[in-house]
Amino acid sequence: MNLRNAALAASMALIAATAQADVKVGMITTLSGGGAGLGIDVRDGFMLAVKQAGRDDLEVVIEDDQRKPDVAVQLADKMIQSEKVDVLTGIIWSNLAMAVVPAATAQGKFYLSPNAGPSPLAGKGCHPNYFNVAWQNDNLHEAAGAYATDSGFKNSFVLAPNYPAGKDALTGYKRFFKGELAGELYTKLGQTDYAAEIAQIRASGADSVFFFLPGGMGISFLKQYAASGVDLPLVGPAFSFDQGVLQAVGDAAMGVKNTSQWNKDIDNAANAAFVESFQAEYGRLPSLYASQGFDTANLLISAMDKADVADADAFRAALKAAEFDSVRGDFSFGDNHHPIQTIYVREVIKEGDVFTNKIIATGLSDHVDAYGAECKM
Amino acid sequence: MTPLLFIEQLLNGLQFGVMLFLMSAGLTLVFGVMGLINLAHGSLYMIGAFAAAAVAAATGSFILALMASLAAAALAGALIELTIIRRLYDRDHLDQVLATFALILIFSEGTRWLFGSFPLFLDVPAALAGPVTLPGGIEYPTYRLTIIVIGFLVAAGMFALINRTRIGIRIRAGEADREMIAALGVDIAKLYTFVFALGAALAGFAGALVGAIQSVQVGMGEPVLILAFVVIVIGGIGSIKGAFVGALLVGLTDTMGRFLLPQVFALFMEPSAAVSIGSALASMLIYILMAGVLVMRPRGLYGVS
Repeated sequence: MNLRNAALAASMALIAATAQADVKVGMITTLSGGGAGLGIDVRDGFMLAVKQAGRDDLEVVIEDDQRKPDVAVQLADKMIQSEKVDVLTGIIWSNLAMAVVPAATAQGKFYLSPNAGPSPLAGKGCHPNYFNVAWQNDNLHEAAGAYATDSGFKNSFVLAPNYPAGKDALTGYKRFFKGELAGELYTKLGQTDYAAEIAQIRASGADSVFFFLPGGMGISFLKQYAASGVDLPLVGPAFSFDQGVLQAVGDAAMGVKNTSQWNKDIDNAANAAFVESFQAEYGRLPSLYASQGFDTANLLISAMDKADVADADAFRAALKAAEFDSVRGDFSFGDNHHPIQTIYVREVIKEGDVFTNKIIATGLSDHVDAYGAECKM
Repeated sequence: MTPLLFIEQLLNGLQFGVMLFLMSAGLTLVFGVMGLINLAHGSLYMIGAFAAAAVAAATGSFILALMASLAAAALAGALIELTIIRRLYDRDHLDQVLATFALILIFSEGTRWLFGSFPLFLDVPAALAGPVTLPGGIEYPTYRLTIIVIGFLVAAGMFALINRTRIGIRIRAGEADREMIAALGVDIAKLYTFVFALGAALAGFAGALVGAIQSVQVGMGEPVLILAFVVIVIGGIGSIKGAFVGALLVGLTDTMGRFLLPQVFALFMEPSAAVSIGSALASMLIYILMAGVLVMRPRGLYGVS
């Protein structure tokens, strides 16, 4: 009798072990060089969710891509071939995503994007194993255009860096902005001096300025804009106003309206818990990128609860269902595996000594990206 | 386009040029006198900016911040000259490039280790914030105007130092014939350390001045370094005068190109194509300028053959 029980228990354990196969995640993100702040936030958000889940069947391997496409490709090869990961994630920059994602998904791996959302991957190049948890690249700019129209701006001056994501940004803004353009400028990628552009803005007779200048470019532009005495209202996507850069911009960013799918004051239990636990864990306020990393990990964990990663079809269906408590509130995937979500308008404010954002309006409700129709899968 | 806008853009070009001069003065001296290609010059620029941001955050004084940038960059410069750079003078340029590139990585990751990955805050002092109205009704940022003045003062100081002082004579002699001035009893090692620290201090000073209107972050020095190399090649390697003229030329060409080229193309093209072609060409303009200068004068404007 005892023997039979033991055998039964052993075989049950064996079945449980096969059903609970470990999931190995490869995170390729930017942890050194100029763009490291973004990668660190994604990683910290992701790992916070992993820690809170407390699962021992989830293993994460983290590597630094140094913001270089060739390094990212090498890391992806290494992770797929020798580390044998099941899921890849982490990439910040669209050009790196374009280099890694198609090859990884073609080899049957899942890719969950916590940040980059280049338009080809949402349209013609979409793939059943590719899920974008953040946004399609155009989304925040589209919301900025909608907000500018709603605010009654008639004549916008628009500028962005001269590279694919910059062109997507202006395309996105123009898709929803109904007024005229007072001027349109492409700046050099990595440019740090905007005196010439600001002089043209002053002379253009515009009633508002839209700009997409991520990272250090945005910091430079905002400080110089504030010093120039031009006081036209600014509108932009959240990237130049996020928690990581706001303290470096200082007063120059006060009152600027920017668009984002997340903010720390979105009122739901998951978000409140996230903001509090992130601060407790890392001693700083979470950023947009941290929220995206956190959601990515929770999406993955929700899928692990429902399906075995070895059963790709079931796992894919579990990811698609997106049954997790997003810090953004309602969250679902469209047919091209990009989010259908509300994008808010935020204003930069000061809380005590810390610059941060608060939501003042809704830019676009349950917004779907513009490329889904081109996606055949 | 109004004449006012044109003049404002000229001032912008001038200000950009003056910044490039501070950056390239040290580079051209080190290249000219010691024959050393120093890729880590951009790191010294970054060190100046970080030192200024740290001191400004601690004390709230911009003057102290500027002094800290000079001191920190000079100290870092002297330190790497004594420990590493010194061993590279007799090596060929490839070794120098490899070693100083390694220094870039060390300084970048070291700075990240000390200050974290997020950009630091450094603001323009309150007295220089906001615009000033110039004769003719041009509104121009006070701080940029101050940078132009400081840049010209530093340039004048450098001319005086090189052309009017004993140290300057030694530097010029070292440029002409290194062995001979060593044979004449000048302590060449000490002279080299001094020149290197001076160049480093100027780069750090430029980093602090620019940091107040741009972002103070790891890797901020490398884009400027490339422009500084263009400047010294145009001006002629080793010539302070060349660096000054080259810097103003590059600053004006870049600014006016960014401003005028899209408008020129818009005369005979549809606007959005003109913007994108004009901007693309504008970003190449300084390299076209450099190629043009090298065709006419292979050693640069003021280079000695």
